[in-house]
Amino acid sequence: MSTDFTYDLTIHHAPDEGGHFLANGTLFGGCFAAETLMQPLQEIETAFFEAWQDEAFQQERLSLLKHYAGRATPLYHAKRLSKELGGAQIYLKREDLNHTGAHKLNNTIGQALLAHRMGKKKVIAETGAGQHGVATATVAALFGLQCDIYMGREDMRRQAPNVFRMKLLGANVIPVDSGTATLKDAVNEALRVWVANCEDTFYIFGTAAGPHPFPLMVRQFHTVIGQEARAQCLAQAGKLPDVAVACVGGGSNAIGLLHPLQDDDIRLVAVEAAGCGLETKQHAAALCKGKAGIIHGSLSYLLENDEGQVQPTHSISAGLDYPGVGPELAAMMESGRLDVDSATDDEALAAFQTLTQVEGIIPALESSHAIAAGMRIAASMNPEQIVLVNLSGRGDKDLGTVMDKLAEDAKEGDQ
Amino acid sequence: MSRLSDVFARCKSNQRAALVSYLTAGDPDLTSSELLLNTLADQSDILEIGMPFSDPMADGPVIQAASERALASGAHIQDVFRLTAQVRQQHPDLGIVLMGYANIPFVIGFENFAKQAVEAGVDAVLLVDIPPEEGHICDGIFQKHGLDRILLLSPTSTEERIQLVCKHASGFIYYVSLNGITGANMGDMEAIQQQVNHIRVHTDLPVCVGFGVKTAKQAQEVGDFADGVVVGSHFVNTVPQNITHIEAMNEALKDAASSMKEALQA
Repeated sequence: MSTDFTYDLTIHHAPDEGGHFLANGTLFGGCFAAETLMQPLQEIETAFFEAWQDEAFQQERLSLLKHYAGRATPLYHAKRLSKELGGAQIYLKREDLNHTGAHKLNNTIGQALLAHRMGKKKVIAETGAGQHGVATATVAALFGLQCDIYMGREDMRRQAPNVFRMKLLGANVIPVDSGTATLKDAVNEALRVWVANCEDTFYIFGTAAGPHPFPLMVRQFHTVIGQEARAQCLAQAGKLPDVAVACVGGGSNAIGLLHPLQDDDIRLVAVEAAGCGLETKQHAAALCKGKAGIIHGSLSYLLENDEGQVQPTHSISAGLDYPGVGPELAAMMESGRLDVDSATDDEALAAFQTLTQVEGIIPALESSHAIAAGMRIAASMNPEQIVLVNLSGRGDKDLGTVMDKLAEDAKEGDQ
Repeated sequence: MSRLSDVFARCKSNQRAALVSYLTAGDPDLTSSELLLNTLADQSDILEIGMPFSDPMADGPVIQAASERALASGAHIQDVFRLTAQVRQQHPDLGIVLMGYANIPFVIGFENFAKQAVEAGVDAVLLVDIPPEEGHICDGIFQKHGLDRILLLSPTSTEERIQLVCKHASGFIYYVSLNGITGANMGDMEAIQQQVNHIRVHTDLPVCVGFGVKTAKQAQEVGDFADGVVVGSHFVNTVPQNITHIEAMNEALKDAASSMKEALQA
């Protein structure tokens, strides 16, 4: 039985009026959108600030988070895992227990309420791993909204169970074949469709990236993660964590966990997908290996060549397979507040198996990157210390990928 | 007077709208592109040269494919400048606009980009994803180098935005005639004319209309009230339709462009 949790609804560390996060002389974020989208984006911004101040909106949102999504999600002390590693105590923020199996619903509930309030009848979204697509299709069903989900064809293959879930929920899943047929191309396509239909359609953006006001709005809807975790850790352990760890694709679960912790004396770590290794070209580590660039409406870190062409990425997890990253995380790294780390496909897969076997929790492959880095960091610390890891989603959707990969590895092992 | 204002003054004295044509540089390959760009320049008053980009978010399938072909054939930003310089050499009076997305000039550096653009003979720059609100990252530099910055207006632009855009734009205003991506179907002509007239209340800059102009008849109708008619996807389409045959491609482009040119002179 979840108890009532009191959330802080003040907007802390707001960007400037144009949605910029200043760090080291660089204005990250902003609104690099085509003229046709400027008015729709400004309309959303106005509606968001009005709604955020509106008690009725907040009551409805928080009531849905509690009774529909099942918040607050637990903070779980992974004692066996901690003991096995012999280092710091690992606490898992169980976003995998949020309805639909990932943190994504926190944001889609907020944005769908906003769409509803603005009188939009139709929602569209991009999705990579399919978790945001499922969370969007879910709220579309809940609010009776028409729903189109854009998904790279390659991701549809990797995340087939989620495609079926979205369809069951009544959404149209539209395959995207352009470019690399993954998340970035799904964003491109959703933006194109939105431009042509912005009058009656709300674009439920899935991560804390994109043009202003999305990075701010998505962050605000996800700060429930960090606020709960902070209070739960104080209640259970009697103190704050020493380190907080989250995986980063676009960065929605990371900003949700880390943002409410940034004014505390806690080391914040973002874990990117190192794919086949940071020394190869097959990774998706924009903060570790990228440089400043402008894509999908904001200025942030980006994997690109010397001429500004966006580079193909690779990760075993579709949700992290994205060349960009949210602008606020880029600014936090630039200002020195955020440390960046990474985990390879193999490390994530090993962490996936370890957590499953030692704690009986099957994590999403995305979250397995955070687990891998969290275990590594905890192992180098002492048992009185605490490492808080965001377990952003559950791994049911990844069973096919893991099965194939383990079979492949076993075969290679035989040869 | 800038070269672009000369172009519009000349068209006005001939009592016709300017033909503003678009082609992606490097499509389908560098050699063919040189020929095609010059062919199109022969028939046009202003040529928009597209810089191929990996993620053309505001473009429809036709121009997306052009970008992909150009990048696959190995087009680099240096090639875009080189092709532009070759067009300029043969067309001293042509207005040349470099068009594309923010990330290319941002990554190579706006200063470096502006310098090379001017050397290649470019008159103006149109960066689809830099609205006036984000102009702080490039406006000063473009101004210093004497490059006009073309800004867009669309049917969703509010009164406030029309004023903002008119204040920051130079060269001309590009009115996107529909809410959508390049190459979509054209909107209602009467509504477009009304919007163009409305924009003129706020600016003395020429107003060009684009997105969706596919037929000579549409060009003629738009030309009756706009200062320029932008044709893009219709021209780009001649490339994939004749992909194996460069001569046929060039002829098809020439025919398409000359029929648009004639429509504006009628």
